[in-house]
Amino acid sequence: MIPARFDYHRPGDIAAALAILGEHGDEARVIAGGHSLIPMMKLRMADLGHLVDLQDIAELRGIVVEGGTVRLGAMVTQAELIASAELARAAPLVREAALQIADPQVRYCGTVGGNVANGDPGNDMPGLMQCLGATFHLAGPGGERSVAARDYYEAAYMTAREDDEILTAISFAVPAGGYAYEKQKRKIGDYATAACAALVTMEGGRCTAASIAMTNLSDVPVWSEAAGAALVGTNCDAEAVSAAVEAAKADIDPTEDNRGPVDFKRHVAGVMIRRAIERAVSRA
Amino acid sequence: MGKQHYQITVNGEPQDVLAEPRELLIHTLREQLRITGPHIGCETSHCGACTVDIDGRSVKSCTVFTAQVAGKEITTVEGLGSPDAMHPLQEAFREHHGLQCGYCTPGMITRAYRLLQENPSPTEEEVRFGMAGNLCRCTGYQNIVKAILAAAAEMNASKEAAE
Ligand SMILES: Cc1cc2nc3c(=O)[nH]c(=O)nc-3n(C[C@H](O)[C@H](O)[C@H](O)COP(=O)(O)OP(=O)(O)OC[C@H]3O[C@@H](n4cnc5c(N)ncnc54)[C@H](O)[C@@H]3O)c2cc1C
Ligand code: FES
Ligand code: FES
Repeated sequence: MIPARFDYHRPGDIAAALAILGEHGDEARVIAGGHSLIPMMKLRMADLGHLVDLQDIAELRGIVVEGGTVRLGAMVTQAELIASAELARAAPLVREAALQIADPQVRYCGTVGGNVANGDPGNDMPGLMQCLGATFHLAGPGGERSVAARDYYEAAYMTAREDDEILTAISFAVPAGGYAYEKQKRKIGDYATAACAALVTMEGGRCTAASIAMTNLSDVPVWSEAAGAALVGTNCDAEAVSAAVEAAKADIDPTEDNRGPVDFKRHVAGVMIRRAIERAVSRA
Repeated sequence: MGKQHYQITVNGEPQDVLAEPRELLIHTLREQLRITGPHIGCETSHCGACTVDIDGRSVKSCTVFTAQVAGKEITTVEGLGSPDAMHPLQEAFREHHGLQCGYCTPGMITRAYRLLQENPSPTEEEVRFGMAGNLCRCTGYQNIVKAILAAAAEMNASKEAAE
């Protein structure tokens, strides 16, 4: 499995990377950890003339928790997300999800930026970032702009990012309350059959805020506003949780593939959503 | 872009290799440098037989271009020990029957090496979680886990003895 020929570039800063993208247009693609892109190139499903390696760009690295905000550089790897004690304190949900991605070798290479930029509905970080209400920061020829994670995904592999833009960082407010990421997969290292991220805040026995998002249950990640609304104002008893699960299931649109038929996926989704909400409530 | 010169260090030796940017590291290692410890099991990033250590990280060498590792230090199973001076992990795999056909073994040992560098006294569960990227069709994993735990104990004991 040998990919087609390409020219290789390793720029040292964002400006140089953008210049290469500008020069070669849609012929050029950036490579981060390469663990989604290289398999696609080997299958000749990704066709490109110029590969722009982001590994030497220091501006794209680093985890910063400051003033109630978490900022993850696009090139932070999944292994770095797991190893950061500061991030585990500020947003343990991210670590819990990262530990359920792929296997150790993949997590040393795979980056958070590549995971959210890829646009594969099977990636776990897009749903996670929608749950967190994260913002994606993009740099392009016209300067910088930001897009909400909840507005970023248009269809499988289609996102709000233009071909000549680089995703530089992800930021989100330090989340409050209880959290959980629940994922069903056929075997360790696999993409989700269904997965759900949940954040629930309780005050005096009442739910004051809730955010529910799902992975691989549509051609884009699904943030269910209705599921969150079904919990807010309740004490999150069995009845309220069931209402939230039904609301979340009304927002998904799974398709049949080698992970199972639609009915099975809807069933597994219901189990994952319920587990995620119940565990988030138990931690709230 | 035709062939380029890439400088890499493999098992402590600097190498200058001439490769197209599309050449995967596993092919540079096996076909150019004749370092055949890392195996090609699946070619699809799933089995871990091709695992090597790159600057302190376990990486599937079928899923990285040689161009990406220019300037880096690579260790393969050959770099860990030799038949006359085996690494405690190699010794433990032999002792505890951590292999049958041996196809997965170089990847297993190279990955286990990094796991024990990061966590010198893992629990059985931590070994299983940390080895999840390496598949074996023969052993059923039981003896692989046993071998890694035994190697950890042996490495810790000799570290203590040295202090
Ligand atoms: C065996 C295996 C199992 C896996 N299992 C899972 C899993 O369970 N869950 C999961 O979420 N993922 C899984 N993955 C995918 C893995 O997490 C990838 O590493 C990740 O999806 C992409 O990150 P990357 O850094 O490798 O990106 P790359 O492969 O380098 O890039 C992916 C895409 O994003 C683009 N891109 C990358 N970075 C940027 C950027 N900064 N700006 C703009 N565009 C960018 C690239 O051009 C490319 O199109 C698995 C991969 C393998 C090989
Ligand atoms: S050959 Fe590289 S993971 Fe199987
Ligand atoms: S010993 Fe045969 S594949 Fe592991």
